[in-house]
Formats: sequence, C-alpha cells, structure tokens
Amino acid sequence: MAHKSEELIIEVLDIHKSFGELEILKGISLQVRRGEVVVLIGASGSGKTTFIRCINLLEDIQGGRIRVNGRSMGYRERADGSLVRDSERNIARQRRDIGMVFQRFNLFPHMTALENIIEAPIQVLGVPRAEALEQARALLARVGLADKAMHYPSMLSGGQQQRVAIARALAMKPQAMLFDEPTSALDPETVGEVLQVMKQLADDGMTMVVVTHEMGFAREVADRVVVLDQGELIEQGPPEQIFSRPTHPRTQAFLSRVL
Amino acid sequence: MNFDWDVFWQYLLQPSGVYLTGLWLTCLISVLAMALGCVLGLAAALMRLSRNPLLNLPVRFYVWLMRGTPLLVQIVFLYTALAAGGIFRFEDVEFLGLVVPGNIQAAIIALGLNEGAYMAEIIRAGIGAVDKGQYEAGRSLGMTFAKLMRRIVLPQAFRVIVPPLGNEFNVMLKNTTLVSVIGVQELLLSTQMVTSATFRVFELYLVVAIYFLLLTTLWGFFQRWLEARFGQSDRPAPPAAGSRMFGRGTLKLLRGR
Repeated sequence: MAHKSEELIIEVLDIHKSFGELEILKGISLQVRRGEVVVLIGASGSGKTTFIRCINLLEDIQGGRIRVNGRSMGYRERADGSLVRDSERNIARQRRDIGMVFQRFNLFPHMTALENIIEAPIQVLGVPRAEALEQARALLARVGLADKAMHYPSMLSGGQQQRVAIARALAMKPQAMLFDEPTSALDPETVGEVLQVMKQLADDGMTMVVVTHEMGFAREVADRVVVLDQGELIEQGPPEQIFSRPTHPRTQAFLSRVL
Repeated sequence: MNFDWDVFWQYLLQPSGVYLTGLWLTCLISVLAMALGCVLGLAAALMRLSRNPLLNLPVRFYVWLMRGTPLLVQIVFLYTALAAGGIFRFEDVEFLGLVVPGNIQAAIIALGLNEGAYMAEIIRAGIGAVDKGQYEAGRSLGMTFAKLMRRIVLPQAFRVIVPPLGNEFNVMLKNTTLVSVIGVQELLLSTQMVTSATFRVFELYLVVAIYFLLLTTLWGFFQRWLEARFGQSDRPAPPAAGSRMFGRGTLKLLRGR
C-alpha cells in the first residue's frame, strides 16, 4: 500500500440534494486523505452515484460544503448561510483537480483514443501539442493500450474504452479520481482489465473515490468502505470490518443480499 | 400541340445572356442566403438552449413569426412594405467596385432570415441529439461552455445536421424564384421576360424547370458526398441510400420528444 498522509484532499460536509420533493442525499459528510482509496457501496437508489457526482459539481446541491485541496468547490456562502453558485469559469477551473470516470465511458466518438486524451490538456491547460502527445502515449501504455492510439472509440471494446477514459482523466494530472460504477456497463470478461488498471492506480498512490458493486475490488483495494443507504451514510470502516463484522442492521441486510 | 422544338433546344443549350445572369443570380442568392441562415440559425439555436428567458424568448418569437407567415409575404414586406411605410428603404450600395441593387440585398436578407428560423430548429435538434454524457465528460475535464460546444458538441451535432441542411439548400434553390416579385432578375423572372417577348411559354417554362432540376441534381451529388465525408470517423455512418429520410426521421423523433 502506498504512503498515506494526513492531508485532506476531499472534504464533504453535510451535503443535501433533492430532485424536487425527493430527498436523495440527507446530509452526508466524508473526508478523503491524500492517497486514500474510498469505496462507496450500497443498494441502488441509496444515493452513491448522486453523491460522487456532487463532488464534481455535475449535480447542484441544496446545502452543505465541498472542499477539494482546501478550496471550496462551486459555491460561495452568503452572509445568511445560503449558497450561491460560483461563476462557470471558476467551476470549470476547479474541476481540473478532479478526474472523473463514468459508467458509460463517455469518450468523444469523433476523436481517436489519442485525441481523446490530448484534448483537455491542450484545450484547457494549454499544454503544447508535442508534450501532450508524449504524455498521452505514456498514459495509453500505462493502461495497456499503446497499440490502440489511432482507434476510434467505436472500434474498441467496453473495457478498452473505459481504460482510455481513465487515461483521459489522468492526463489532467488530477489530485483525485472519482469512479462512478466504472465496470457496471462492461461485459463480464472485460471487467477484470479495468479493475486491474484501477488497482495499479491505487498502488501508485492516487487518491480515489469509487462507487462500485464489485465487492471483491472493495475488499482488496479499498482503505475504507463507506456504506450508503437511503441517502444517509450508515457505516464506514476498513473493508475487513465492514465485510466481516458489519454493525448496522441495514449494512448486514445489504451485504447478505450481495455477497 | 403547339411546341417548337427549335426554340426549346436553343434556349436549353444556348441560353441567352439574360438567362445566364438569372442562373448566376439564383446560385449567388441561394448560397449567400443559406450562409446567412446558418449563422443566424446557430446563434438562435444556442440562445434557444439557454435557460435565460431574455435569450430564449426572442428566439422563440422569431421562429414562430418566420415559420408562421408565408415566405412570399416576408419578402414583399421587407422590401416593398417597409419602404412604403417610410420605415426602411433598401438602397443600392457599392461593394468591391460592384453595385449591389437594393432588391438583391433585400432578397438575400429575407431568404436568410426565413432560413435562419428553420436552421435554428435543425441545429437545436442536432445539439439535442448529442448524448448528455458528452457534456458531463467535457465539463469534468474542466471545459467551459464555449469550448465544450466548439470542440465536443457541435462536431457531433454536425453529423445530424448535415442531411436536413442539404434538404434546406435544395428548398432554398427553388425558393429563390419567389424574389422575382421584388424584381430580382433570377431564373424565373428572366424566363418571364423572355416569354413576354417571344410568347413561347410552354418551351421556356420547360427549360426553366430543367435548369432547376439540373441545379438540384448537382446539389444532390454534392450532398451525398458531404454526408459520406462527415459520416466517416466516428460511429458507423448512416446508410448512404435513404440518408435524407434518416435525417428527417431523426429530427421528427427529436421534435416529438
């Protein structure tokens, strides 16, 4: 396991999120230290995907605070305590620090694997093209796809697409990576290759928050497992504790269904 | 039957200068009006997507107005009615050493304004056809809205836009005949002028119909090339045959949503 520091990378404080009348997140707090791998588990509808999307401001929140690297994300607090959304430019800037991997990959279909990876470094960070290309080739090699640089996403398998998507997110040199059910849309035979890349990433010391149904991955790679249920964080701890001696009855019920 | 083959062949194969000027004007007005329509349409589509009513309400009004009134009325209104009302009169202007008559300016602007409304809807549907995940991926990489549109969304929307855009230009070529009412000497008015001198109405209208068929057929070839060209790189291209149907069908589905 890589070295863990005490430095907080992600700090989520009591966030609330509703879709209309329906309250999805009922005040969730989470702190993630540098180099830590946190795996979120829970039944579908428990709010784990919404939670991870809130960290990246892909969802508006109605209350609470999110800090990444000590900087407040996306919202400014008014004197009366209400939140106002930050300017689009500022939010875009803040998002650079966090890489995101989606369930459905969301690669840009009109670009090759290589172009997908160099797009944001060149367009957003202003990295010179030659440098971006060199870095992109190194990243493709790292996810085991050096020979697929010129392939369009439609020519790649799901597992390969997801690995390109991971490389694309890494190209921004993020402080932390968020994974939203990265293997749920994959054929069973390609799940392993993606989990392998993620495990490698964790071993290299990347700070990661992962929403997954892969309990094996959680058990093996997670430093901490967090259980969400009906929009609440009901239990968290090291994987061996959560999987062997869950204390909350709803955790026990959930694990008995999936294990 | 009163049909003179000699007149027919002569006008078809050796058109007079009046005819050639008409042909040239038809093409010029079509291209410029279409270009104007595309620019207006893109701006309108982007404004229409905004949640700010100050931006999207004027666009909805514009589209409603342009699609709800006859093009012929719009043309006459812009050129003749505005001048008659003492509001605005199109004057001849000199442009690059060339005198552009007021009625040609009015023709381009009227056709372009009308086209802009249809293009706005087409581009909006094209943008709407781009997967939401593409926006999220772009945003998560730190892109601003402008960059996201330019680099990610519009290139993908373009694939959906090209087939109906081709159809719009086809319609535009034929709609240029309407500007004959404000005295622009395009193909139809040229024909009318020649028939009033020769009285060979049957032959000459057959010739003008064939000219338009020729123009739209040539455009059809170009359109097919365009669709093949932009269907290459990404997802499997839609089948070349019947792709225009595909474009329309997709748009209808999207509008119905």
